[in-house]
Amino acid sequence: MGDPIIRMKDIEKHFGSVIALAGVSVDVHAGECHCLLGDNGAGKSTFIKTMSGVHKPTKGEIIFEGQPLDFADPRDAIAAGIATVHQHLAMIPLMSVSRNFFMGNEPMKKRFGISFFDHDYANEVTMREMKQMGINLRGPDQAVGTLSGGERQTVAIARAVHFGAKVLILDEPTSALGVRQTANVLATVDKVRKQGIAVVFITHNVRHAMAVGDRFTVLNRGKTFGTANKGEITPEELQDMMAGGQELATLEGSLGGTV
Amino acid sequence: MAETSQVDERIKDISPLRRALIRPELGGIVGTVAVFTLFLLFAFDSGMFNTQGVMNWSTVSAQFMIIAVGACLLMIAGEFDLSVGSMIGFAGMMIAVFGVVLAWPMWMAIIITFVICTALGALNGWIVVRTGLPSFIVTLAFLFILRGFTIYIPQTVENKTIIGGIRDAAEGDWLAWLFGGKIAQPVFHWLGDMGIIAVFERGSRTGEPVVDGIPMLIVWAIALVIFGHILLTRTRFGNWIFAAGGDADAARNSGVPVNRVKILMFMFTAFCATVLAVCQVMEFGSAGADRGLLKEFEAIIAVVIGGALLTGGYGSVIGAALGALIFGVVQQGLFFAGVESSLFRVFLGVILLFAVILNTYIRRIITGER
Repeated sequence: MGDPIIRMKDIEKHFGSVIALAGVSVDVHAGECHCLLGDNGAGKSTFIKTMSGVHKPTKGEIIFEGQPLDFADPRDAIAAGIATVHQHLAMIPLMSVSRNFFMGNEPMKKRFGISFFDHDYANEVTMREMKQMGINLRGPDQAVGTLSGGERQTVAIARAVHFGAKVLILDEPTSALGVRQTANVLATVDKVRKQGIAVVFITHNVRHAMAVGDRFTVLNRGKTFGTANKGEITPEELQDMMAGGQELATLEGSLGGTV
Repeated sequence: MAETSQVDERIKDISPLRRALIRPELGGIVGTVAVFTLFLLFAFDSGMFNTQGVMNWSTVSAQFMIIAVGACLLMIAGEFDLSVGSMIGFAGMMIAVFGVVLAWPMWMAIIITFVICTALGALNGWIVVRTGLPSFIVTLAFLFILRGFTIYIPQTVENKTIIGGIRDAAEGDWLAWLFGGKIAQPVFHWLGDMGIIAVFERGSRTGEPVVDGIPMLIVWAIALVIFGHILLTRTRFGNWIFAAGGDADAARNSGVPVNRVKILMFMFTAFCATVLAVCQVMEFGSAGADRGLLKEFEAIIAVVIGGALLTGGYGSVIGAALGALIFGVVQQGLFFAGVESSLFRVFLGVILLFAVILNTYIRRIITGER
């Protein structure tokens, strides 16, 4: 494998006296899906916020396309090609799919020296991109509120890809979805990866991770617990690592192996 | 489109009726048709539909329209402004203080008033986005603060609550004409000469048409509606207005400058209130401390009748304009029809209730909530 598109080296993040990240290292290659697993409070959110420019790391280095990075705010990260798709806060239900798709990136056309929103272009691109992702819209003016949770995630992913994301960070995209919708989102992740985009997939569901992941990194208590390649690790081992091994084994015993 | 994409069996075709229901203007259109039908049937002979009658309710509707455009865009951006009415009184009083008491040239008084009032709008907005408090509370505070000053200032400088003499002070002023003047006068004179519209038959103005032009107030109303509609539906900024009101966090995540959008909309609302205030003082020739009372609620009601959601993110300027038209026609129509005018308030309350219930239902259709 060549050089990773983004490399996070020994990232530490302190909030006052709280150490949220105590040295996390992850690298992601173009065209791979790197799953970031961890239980609640493991530091997943803080870590991706550091990656997407929301937080500045207290210590450590971020190297993006061979250059050390220093983002002032999330817009810098988006401009550089690091896009984040949030679980809930991505789409506006009352607005049409096409207005949502181009929110913050509105296409313009000049008329009489004034810039207007180019609705024709926006509608055409939205319909094409949605069709590619396997979503059949009634029309580009259909409100996002009528889409299912999985479809909304797909629209958000398609939007990030369309606007030139090189690294796509997906924050628990499947955690609130049903079985069928989850399958659709995972299929979308697979499509995106095949286009050569680096995907960082955050989840605490081992099965969803195993379905699309090429590599798996487990975070625990603000540290990297370890990274494994696909086929080198079983779901049970991943689950154990996430929960901190020992304790879960004890729990599992008392629950009769149902977790 | 239909021939290229295969049909998903779970997407039901929606009927044209349901599709029409999703348009925010629907309530306004239905209401306008109903109101006009009613008055054409029952008050046609009352003089409501001759030239003076039409000019009468058009002027009243235009007053509502001017403030409704501002309130509409602000509501779609997710905020309210309850200080609109006080702002109207305050702006009018500023014109009087600068133009009459201090005897500045009228154009300067008007420009300074616009600067002060839009700055106050910006302050409203800045406090709302900075503190995260509901705009309801912040602008309620400004409702009292501005009204208080509007009463205090004339009492302190002139020992009265009404300052007159504005018409004389504005005589021949180019900027004052933009608010108090009339256009298309030759057309109306010609119509009068041709005997198409009524002319004065006695007195010093014998032979002149009773309605001798379109007041700038109506021109402002139409211009603001067109501006607001294009801004909202056809520009990038319009998309940001919808986004800021629909879900501020999601909008921020997509790079929409939500705070800037909201503050600008507060400023625009204050601008609209000032336009109405200047038109009013030019028409009456005086500024009164009680001008604009309850206007904020009338603006909000017109906007809601026009199909906007109180929660933001959805609505239409055309709808709000129709809401204002309904207002003006009913208020004046009841007068022409000889109905007790206090019943107008009963009508307002009833129609507001209907509009809100209809809007809630429409919201469920759009978002697919149950």
